[in-house]
Amino acid sequence: MRGNEKNEVLLKAENISLSFGGVRALEEVSFDILRGEVRAIIGPNGAGKSSMLNVINGFYRPQKGGITYKNRRRAQMKPHAAAAAGIARTFQNIALFRGMSALDNIMTGRVHKMKRGFLWQALHIGPARREEIANRAFVEGIIDFLEIQAIRRVAVGRLPYGLQKRVELGRALAAEPDLLLLDEPMAGMNLEEKEDMCRFILDVNEQFGTTIALIEHDMGVVMDISDRVVVLDHGKKLADGTPAEVRGDQAVVDAYLGVARG
Amino acid sequence: MAADTFPKLLEERARRFGGRPALREKEFGIWRTRTWADARREIHELARGLAAAGVRRGERVAVIGDNRPELYLSLCAAQCLGAVPVPLYQDAVAAETQFVLDHSGARLVVAEDQEQVDKILEARERCPEVKKIVYTDGRGMRHYGDEILQSYQSLLDAGRAHARAQPDFISREIAQGRGGDAAVLLYTSGTTGEPKGVVLSHENVLVTCQNLVGFDRLNEREEVLAYLPMAWVGDHIFSYGQAYCAGFCVSCPESAATVMHDMREIGPTYFFAPPRIFESLLTTVMIRMEDAGAVKKKMFGFFLGVARRVGADILNRKPVAAGWRFLYALGRWLVYEPLKDAMGFGRVRLAYTAGEAIGPEIFDFYRSLGMNIKQLYGQTEGAVFVTAQPDGEVYPDSVGKPSPQVELRFGDNGEVLYRSPGVFQSYYKNPEATAKTRTEDGWVHTGDAGFLDERGHLHIVDRAADVGKLKDGTLFAPKFIENKLKFFPHIKEAVAFGDRRDFCAALVNIDLEAVGNWAERNNVPYASYQELAARPEVYAMIADSVRTVNRGLAADKQLCNSQIRRFVVLHKELDADDGELTRTRKVRRRHIVEKYAALVDALYGGKKHCFVEVAVTFEDGRVGAVSGDLQIMDAEMCAPQPLAEAA
Repeated sequence: MRGNEKNEVLLKAENISLSFGGVRALEEVSFDILRGEVRAIIGPNGAGKSSMLNVINGFYRPQKGGITYKNRRRAQMKPHAAAAAGIARTFQNIALFRGMSALDNIMTGRVHKMKRGFLWQALHIGPARREEIANRAFVEGIIDFLEIQAIRRVAVGRLPYGLQKRVELGRALAAEPDLLLLDEPMAGMNLEEKEDMCRFILDVNEQFGTTIALIEHDMGVVMDISDRVVVLDHGKKLADGTPAEVRGDQAVVDAYLGVARG
Repeated sequence: MAADTFPKLLEERARRFGGRPALREKEFGIWRTRTWADARREIHELARGLAAAGVRRGERVAVIGDNRPELYLSLCAAQCLGAVPVPLYQDAVAAETQFVLDHSGARLVVAEDQEQVDKILEARERCPEVKKIVYTDGRGMRHYGDEILQSYQSLLDAGRAHARAQPDFISREIAQGRGGDAAVLLYTSGTTGEPKGVVLSHENVLVTCQNLVGFDRLNEREEVLAYLPMAWVGDHIFSYGQAYCAGFCVSCPESAATVMHDMREIGPTYFFAPPRIFESLLTTVMIRMEDAGAVKKKMFGFFLGVARRVGADILNRKPVAAGWRFLYALGRWLVYEPLKDAMGFGRVRLAYTAGEAIGPEIFDFYRSLGMNIKQLYGQTEGAVFVTAQPDGEVYPDSVGKPSPQVELRFGDNGEVLYRSPGVFQSYYKNPEATAKTRTEDGWVHTGDAGFLDERGHLHIVDRAADVGKLKDGTLFAPKFIENKLKFFPHIKEAVAFGDRRDFCAALVNIDLEAVGNWAERNNVPYASYQELAARPEVYAMIADSVRTVNRGLAADKQLCNSQIRRFVVLHKELDADDGELTRTRKVRRRHIVEKYAALVDALYGGKKHCFVEVAVTFEDGRVGAVSGDLQIMDAEMCAPQPLAEAA
């Protein structure tokens, strides 16, 4: 496990239950995320993976159970409060400002680090200017890290899918998160793009020590880059452990491959 | 006393241009500059660091990565110690890298990043000589923990510690260097067989660069973008040798993907690119113009016409009517300058292209816009410059006059030989190859056949091995003629005969797509390839092309007699499946001579028709035959002509 000797729990989900009307998205799901690890949440379609992520960063309020994050328990947190507390995320369907450049999109990730108000920023003098320069320098570090210098000034809407995903990751990183939530970072990518993305996820984890929780469909990818894996199926937790343990779990195999009923 | 090695030259540069920029790199979106004084300080620290890491005089130091200031500084740092830098191709696969590492016996490798370090680590088991790997970008390597690895920064720290212990070490080491010492070991990419390591001395590189700096009047205010592989001799001359000689600044792009963008920002004044780059830029511009509005398109078309007509003459300072001058000036303001700026050529004062023949229309395009693009001919073995086109004497089909202090000579088969101060010392650890390429008295065999025209310009026609002679002794360069024919869009393949024969004859393949398209537009009916190829209209079109080629050949005294006298349009396409072409679409001459023996006899026997039946292999592997009565045409020949005007 990368950079975590103390097994310090960063986030703990306890007995989370969530339903929309009559549909039960999550039932009594509990697991924890250790500081510094790469934690995967996997499961077939409709297993409740995205719901789980949305509960973690405060999009959804669970009917039962609660989240303990950095030793503070809460039933729900507003998304902006989650952001301020160091949780950043990317989305399954890219949610960038399509008309803005890659650079500006990533700059938006710095919003809560900028203290000066609207008027200051419009005037662009003195402290506001210094603040912008400092934040821009940080963002340029991310651009260098993700190797997207060539598209710095390109409107995001004109970029291919794989690069948009990278920009979105950049925006999440700009917030200097303690916990980074990635919703299917590899969905719809070709093999090369997937390999690049894996590299970046591991590099983020290693270089910045960021804790990462990711949802992914592609089993191969998950098993390669995760330290521990939670498996969900129909809103319930099926298994929890290292990739090797999970791979050998009969319930998981059944859920993915189907069970022969005689 | 003039400096006879690069480290000595560096002292001079730092004294004279201390505050001027030497290297620039875009990092985190901002251009960061090292002045000549900064460069000198860092090079000396590096050299001390290398010495502390165990590098000694005469040993090799490999350098691998994209164009980065740290890597350029490493070249000179190694030279300070009398060690020989070996730049490697950054995109070579591990096996190739291993060969060069092993062959050069490099003791230390300066590598850019994790990708390169991984490659070296992989190769290391077979290269026990490698004792240390220095990396400039440590990203992703936090857990490597291999003792062989050291960061660039810690090498500099070691260098500073070394400076406190032995302050006058560097000046002693530099003073020991001699002009005849090996300066750099460059591996030729080796299309055939294993790569060969070319040893160039300080004198080779310095004298060649100084000559060329004078030839093109380069000065310390030039701007250059270093974007071609450091392992390639061209980059070593342009971005290292000439930069030190003229004292100009070399800029390194942010990444390989941003080169075009960075070029616009830097605005290089001196630029080198292989023809394909000029070609792809032109294509990009043309495609983008297709999407432009009607007014812009019209304006673009009109002023490009003006440029085509008088641009080259204006560049060559020839008299041009005032009306045209006015239009050209207007065009410069409205079209040419904005266009050049968009391509990053806004400030280019001098551009070179080499490596392969550049299409005349591409060459003329850039020159008509007022960009001074010139061709040169060179080799790693001669420190690049063998010939180059002087200003005002630029012809699209020649590669220019011998560079200063270069002598040319021609072998019996037309092979070009040269002798110059840039001629390499030897192939590293390969005396047989050295003896084969370089004669006792210093002449180098290029392997290329060519000739000097009466203006004293060199023309390269073909590989020497492929060149033959007509019975009357005229040089016969089949590929040269075939390429001229294939230059027409409606000719797909051509095979020229003539070696040990009375005259030159050619087989021509039409391009079905181009000719078919033309036939449709001109209401020429046809049912098959064979029928189309036999149409009199098609024959007339090919005859016209042959005449144009002949006119070109007539302009060259040496090639005048090898004009195409007779030709035939083949009834089937030459195909790799039938063994007529190689898989890379090169003509298999010998095989074709055998297969079409009857036709070749008819060409030289003076017949007007010839019945030909040849076997074909269908795509499913079945074998059939295509037969037909082919018409043989006499081509129009041209009388020898005066040379074309400068472009």
